[in-house]
Amino acid sequence: MSALEINKVFKDYGKVRVLKDINISIDSGEFLILVGPSGCGKSTLMNAIAGLDDITAGEIRIGGDDVTHRSPKDRDIAMVFQSYALYPSMSVRENIAFGLEMRKVAKTERDQEVERVAKMLQIEHLLDRKPAQLSGGQRQRVAMGRALARKPKIYLFDEPLSNLDAKLRVEMRTEIKKLHQRLGTTIVYVTHDQIEAMTLADRIAVMKDGVVLQLDSPQNIYDNPVNMFVAGFMGSPAMNFIKAPLVKLDQGYGVSLTNQAGDTYALPVPQAKQGSLDGWLNKEVILGLRPEQITHVMPHRQSEPFCHTLPCRVEVAEPTGADTLIEIFFNGQEVDARIEPRSQAPVGQVMELMLDMSKAVLFNPETQDRLA
Amino acid sequence: MSNNNAALKSGADGLVQPAAAPRRFSNRLQDWLPQIVLAPSFLISLVFVYGFIIWTAVLSFTNSRMLPNYSNFVGFDQYVRLFENDRWAVAATNLLIFGSLFMLICLLLGAFMAVLLDQKIRQEGAIRTIYLYPMALSFIVTGTAWKWILNPGLGLEKMMHDWGFTQFTFDWLVNPDMAKYTLVIAAVWQSSGFVMAMFLAGLRGVDNSMIKAAQLDGASMPTIYRRIVLPCLRPVLFSAVMILAHIAIKSFDLVMALTGGGPGYSTDLPATFMYAHAFTRSQIGLGSASAMMMLAGVLAILVPYLYSELRSKRND
Amino acid sequence: MTNTRPVSTGERLARGGIYAILIAAALVYLLPLAVMLLTSVKTLDDIRTGNILSLPVEIVFDAWHKAWSNACTGVSCNGVSGFFWNSFQIVIPAVLISTFVGALNGYALTKWRFKGSELFFALMLFGCFIPFQVVLLPMAQTLGYVGLANTTTGLVFVHVVYGIAFTTLFFRNFYVGIPNELVLAAKLDGAGFFTIFWRILLPVSAPIIVVCIIWQFTQIWNDFLFGVVFSGQDTKPITVALNNLVNTTTGVKEYNVDMAAAIIAALPTLVVYVAAGKYFVRGLTAGAVKG
Repeated sequence: MSALEINKVFKDYGKVRVLKDINISIDSGEFLILVGPSGCGKSTLMNAIAGLDDITAGEIRIGGDDVTHRSPKDRDIAMVFQSYALYPSMSVRENIAFGLEMRKVAKTERDQEVERVAKMLQIEHLLDRKPAQLSGGQRQRVAMGRALARKPKIYLFDEPLSNLDAKLRVEMRTEIKKLHQRLGTTIVYVTHDQIEAMTLADRIAVMKDGVVLQLDSPQNIYDNPVNMFVAGFMGSPAMNFIKAPLVKLDQGYGVSLTNQAGDTYALPVPQAKQGSLDGWLNKEVILGLRPEQITHVMPHRQSEPFCHTLPCRVEVAEPTGADTLIEIFFNGQEVDARIEPRSQAPVGQVMELMLDMSKAVLFNPETQDRLA
Repeated sequence: MSNNNAALKSGADGLVQPAAAPRRFSNRLQDWLPQIVLAPSFLISLVFVYGFIIWTAVLSFTNSRMLPNYSNFVGFDQYVRLFENDRWAVAATNLLIFGSLFMLICLLLGAFMAVLLDQKIRQEGAIRTIYLYPMALSFIVTGTAWKWILNPGLGLEKMMHDWGFTQFTFDWLVNPDMAKYTLVIAAVWQSSGFVMAMFLAGLRGVDNSMIKAAQLDGASMPTIYRRIVLPCLRPVLFSAVMILAHIAIKSFDLVMALTGGGPGYSTDLPATFMYAHAFTRSQIGLGSASAMMMLAGVLAILVPYLYSELRSKRND
Repeated sequence: MTNTRPVSTGERLARGGIYAILIAAALVYLLPLAVMLLTSVKTLDDIRTGNILSLPVEIVFDAWHKAWSNACTGVSCNGVSGFFWNSFQIVIPAVLISTFVGALNGYALTKWRFKGSELFFALMLFGCFIPFQVVLLPMAQTLGYVGLANTTTGLVFVHVVYGIAFTTLFFRNFYVGIPNELVLAAKLDGAGFFTIFWRILLPVSAPIIVVCIIWQFTQIWNDFLFGVVFSGQDTKPITVALNNLVNTTTGVKEYNVDMAAAIIAALPTLVVYVAAGKYFVRGLTAGAVKG
């Protein structure tokens, strides 16, 4: 039985359609992340699941029950808000116990539950403080505690980490991951941060303009994006999109790349991905290649079938510590490559780079959809 | 850990499983609660503001005298009478003179004092408190006080004589041509501190880096205020004008306490005109017509203001 | 920030000038209060021989006593004490009711928006701007119909009716600034309309409650128009009594009694202003804060 089913959900605000035919089903214990740029509808979808927003059409089921027309409090869900939404006049203890109190849980049971949750989140020493006396990270914990105390069927997290500083965000990210693994809770989590999405999710739904573009595991989303938007949104630095003509090679199709020196190379694309390329011969397609697929030459990989080396001039170099990002040009377009710092040639000099075409993807330049 | 997990799930089942049917009704009630809570205020507003305005309008089309009389409609006769009425002409002119002088002086004084107070003044709080306290007083108290101060026999005039300025005369309170200016004096005394407070709050809201940038550009302090800071206070200015205009049009208590509308009816304002005709001179029809004219006056100021407010909000 | 460089003579002169103007202005603002106080503790002879700013020959409180308990206000000669308490009887219920209704309205309008709630607010807001003359006659008749003419209850009712537009505005503007997530979180926690109001919103509303109470208190205490139109012989508020006392034209004009009565009438709002001036200013400027 699915923990959450979203069937053919539409939502209109006046004449604006903000959710278009959303279909998602997640299993009990699954961690689903809704990700997308602001205004993509992810928060609206979250509110629709919570019952804070009515939907125009469709159905929402939680634990098998149709809750489409139930009020938020009868859906048995808990939510962690971006702003934490801690009740300012209540102590941490009262904040955590409030949901239980509203559900008429006896005082002794409430106290036990607060103790349990506080222990789990290590906030026992904060129980008698007011929210205003807490740091950002502590508030975040209390907000989670408030959700955990109720033991609902589903937890909703609405960008819970976006108000924290970078270091704390990474810490809390790990903590949420651990908590999820330990408790096996069902979580729907909204974020616009693709790293959060990649690290936390069992499955990711990438949304844009009210549509779920792709619903898949993080690795599949990363490796096999359905279109240029998904490809460009996930991953940092972003995937390179290079306009290149499709050419016929001995083993099938390939793309033609010209470096700064004017030398042209034809690089084959993997056989498995050639299905729909027939009509595109000698036409321009868009080659998607992630920066880490353009690297310094690794001798042990050189024999792999889709690894090719070609000389490129380093235009700009940006060291990040672990790697150095360099900018080169293919077909007159800027391309980022990620190389090992020591292997970098000085700016303006030419160095050999290795292109791993096994993970290359091709897109239709007009529709931006995946070709191969 | 898996125990924990199991506990969690059973807990979910055990804690909340409301019966669906009886909830329905209370849910629907919950959905309508905001409207139910607002309904009394809505009705009150509908009846006691809009309904009563219409009622007054109806009265203004009758020839009601001592008691409201709804059987004898006379069309716009009362308005015609109103505009032929000398006393109304005086009241309307007085409002124009009193209102514009009162507003102008309050604004100039208020802005000037606010700029002075904004110069990192020691004891600013105390000074501000002194400027503002008249606003806490009733216009009746203000009127009573100034009536005594401006008393031609024993007030300011006598003090100046005592101090050696024996030629000094100040008889505005009993001079039909000048009495309206005593209203301006008292009203400015009461309200200018408030305008000052508004401007001061506005000044405090002006971005400091802008002033620093202007200083680096070599502008002098007066120039900075004139060219950069004060133009930023346009919204405050509008609000102040609105509030002052409102005070001016509603001015009733001050006139009653300070001059009683006299000498004669030389200091009548529309508000006192309305009161006199509706409640003491048994001219309910005429009084209603004058009340409607006051409303029209307020609307004439309010509508363009709200219009510009809404437009600027839309542009945000 | 100018401390780091030497202050020129010109600047020093300018600052001196600023202080001189500010202090002179402060004296002008204080003058009427000083005159009232001085006059109220003088004898009538003292008033005639001295002037408004001359110090009293001898400080006497006869005028205060007379103003409080046996000065004539129109037909009765029992001082203003009765009317002083009348005002409290009008002000206290009117302030409490209008503040409470305003708080509920503001809460419903901001946290439970529905189709038409903005229009409703706009409709109500108009009540803040009308000149009350335009409702006086119908209100007088209505109060007569329902038997509330000349009663304290009637006056309380009028003040509540025309006060809730302001109190709603205050609370609405305040609650707009309270994050909606608080209400959403409470809804998910299972709290309903009134529970959220009592447990979540009201406990954080202390500042606006103070502003609202102070505003309503000064407005209603200082009201003259409603008082003079709707009150009866025994239910007059202090402002009406003061005006009657000052304008009663029988016998010798006792300026010292007038001034003592005026100070008595002003005292409650002055006390509020001195005690909570900060909130008073906030209330006054809140009218200018549009939402």
